[in-house]
Amino acid sequence: MIALLLRDLRIAFRAGGGFGLGLAFFLLVAVLVPLGVGPEGGTLARIAPGILWVGALLACLLSLDRIFALDFEDGSLDLLATAPIPLEGVVAVKALAHWLVTGLPLVIAAPVLGVLLHLPEAGYGWLVVSLLLGTPGLSAIGAFGAALTVGLKRGGLLLSLLVLPLYVPTLIFGAELVKRGAAGMAVQVPLLLLAGITLGAAALLPFASALALRINLR
Amino acid sequence: MEFIVSDLAVARGGICVLEGVSLRLAPGQALVLRGPNGIGKTTLMRTLAGLQPALRGTISAPPESIAYAAHADGLKSTLSVAENLGFWAAVHGMAGVEAAMARMNLTDLADRRAANLSAGQKRRLGLARLLVSGRPFWLLDEPTVSLDTASVALFAEVVRAHLASGGAALMATHIDLGLAEAGLLDLTPFKATGAVQAAQGFDEAFA
Amino acid sequence: MSLWEYANPKKFTETTARVLPVVVPLAGACLLAGLIWGFFFTPEDYKQGSTVKILFLHVPAAMMAVNAWIMMLVASLVWIVRRHHVSALAAKAAAPVGMTFTLVALVTGALWGQPMWGTWWEWDPRLTSFLILFLFYLGYIALWQAVENPDTAADLTGVLCVVGSVFAVLSRYAVKFWNQGLHQDSTIMKVGEKDPLDPAYYWPLIFCLAGVVLMFVALVLLRTVTEIRLRRLAVIEAREKFE
Repeated sequence: MIALLLRDLRIAFRAGGGFGLGLAFFLLVAVLVPLGVGPEGGTLARIAPGILWVGALLACLLSLDRIFALDFEDGSLDLLATAPIPLEGVVAVKALAHWLVTGLPLVIAAPVLGVLLHLPEAGYGWLVVSLLLGTPGLSAIGAFGAALTVGLKRGGLLLSLLVLPLYVPTLIFGAELVKRGAAGMAVQVPLLLLAGITLGAAALLPFASALALRINLR
Repeated sequence: MEFIVSDLAVARGGICVLEGVSLRLAPGQALVLRGPNGIGKTTLMRTLAGLQPALRGTISAPPESIAYAAHADGLKSTLSVAENLGFWAAVHGMAGVEAAMARMNLTDLADRRAANLSAGQKRRLGLARLLVSGRPFWLLDEPTVSLDTASVALFAEVVRAHLASGGAALMATHIDLGLAEAGLLDLTPFKATGAVQAAQGFDEAFA
Repeated sequence: MSLWEYANPKKFTETTARVLPVVVPLAGACLLAGLIWGFFFTPEDYKQGSTVKILFLHVPAAMMAVNAWIMMLVASLVWIVRRHHVSALAAKAAAPVGMTFTLVALVTGALWGQPMWGTWWEWDPRLTSFLILFLFYLGYIALWQAVENPDTAADLTGVLCVVGSVFAVLSRYAVKFWNQGLHQDSTIMKVGEKDPLDPAYYWPLIFCLAGVVLMFVALVLLRTVTEIRLRRLAVIEAREKFE
């Protein structure tokens, strides 16, 4: 399993691996929104939590189809399915690799983009916390969507259509956590619910994803 | 430690293509599958490897004893030969990457990225994976595609050594590997007549 | 005599042929009676005027929008556990019907909301939930259409339906948490509490509800039989090509 994680990370960081694309996309969203909305600091500060969360979510979505599609095309997935590690483990490790490559950089970059959007000072800590808690869930849910659509020729658009509704609870609680944190309100409820969804998704969805993969491989 | 298949029926796209397939593979034995294109050799191989369910019949093999080599080699083009092979060795919890490379004549290419290999070299790397899987039963689907004569001989030697050390191999191939001890199984008689349908248990056949 | 007998496509088709001539007129009669009674023979609301009468379409549609998804969930589970093809096809057949009910609920809700709240659309939790439900239907139907092999499609959509149900419920609570909302609570079950549904509206609404349920049953039965025939056709064609 560790070997699989290392391999996925190595591929992602080599040329053509797509590392940084999500991050660049996140930056673009944070630049384009003020250009569209207007430069008033008050407006931006009010919508900053939502924009940052939507941007992170879309940046995550961008690279989901790579989780399984490449391994499916070159036959690695067949071989992994017959290897001694359980397919559920393969899914979990690949979702983890996706998070390390896509989600974690977003978490680290988010405060910088928060500056661009005039996020209130009290919000920075909660922004990092919310993304740290939420983005692993996005990767786990995304891996499920990727597993459903892995055998399809035009799976990319369908993948977005399937995954985005599943992202709704994470988005709501994540953005709400930042909003409340920035306004100095109590954050316990969204914090716990966000953590709960991510933990639940990480614990249970690999089974559904592995099932979907097995269906797609036969 | 035997690989026994009895009365197997396999389907491709929901339609039964082969039925009544039975075979036995004991340690040290090799069996070559023959049959025209499209008869279902790959479907049979995938079913035997456990990637798709059989319509009927049983496959019995010791757990985790099958290594499957498909048309696609499962190589990552941005990883080097040694890294590709090392990954599969780690997945199977085995050592012996160096030895496997030496036996498939890949040692000189160890640091080359898989993207820069020729088709035949990729194939050799794909087959070297069998050596680091540590599994006794090899299922080989057209293993000699894009190999030159020397490489075919090299691979035949590897298979022979595998058999001598108590392994077994089931091959779908049109090229004579020169394995005198290999048995032959023609799949043509097992071509499905359409009597068995893809129905599952209940009286639910759609036609 | 087991319920599962009807999982046989032939038996299912035969039974449907016998049931439909009863269900279709009954659905039509109930709907017609409920709507005419509701629209023309009930008093107007002292606050809402005649706009309130859109509830005779809005409430049944909203109810079936959710119930259709629940039926799809049950059918998907039956397929996953018992591998009855008819069950998977029934889930497939119900999806567009459920999606249409969701759309009707949203549109009638907008028409009702405009005079009442002064806006066509409000990010109210109920409205938002239905919009999200609509997206779930969209994804489910798109997945059915994208996968070529019918059994693979049935398996994948089944898994999606089960996982999607969990997330749909989660979304419902998330949305409630996110915005407290303008939408009134459901009043139909509130007999004896404050702010109840006017008894004059009660019976016509019951007729409309029964009519919509029967209509849903009729549509799903009909569409399932169509799907069974399409499957049979595909099998025959494939076999001819094969030989």
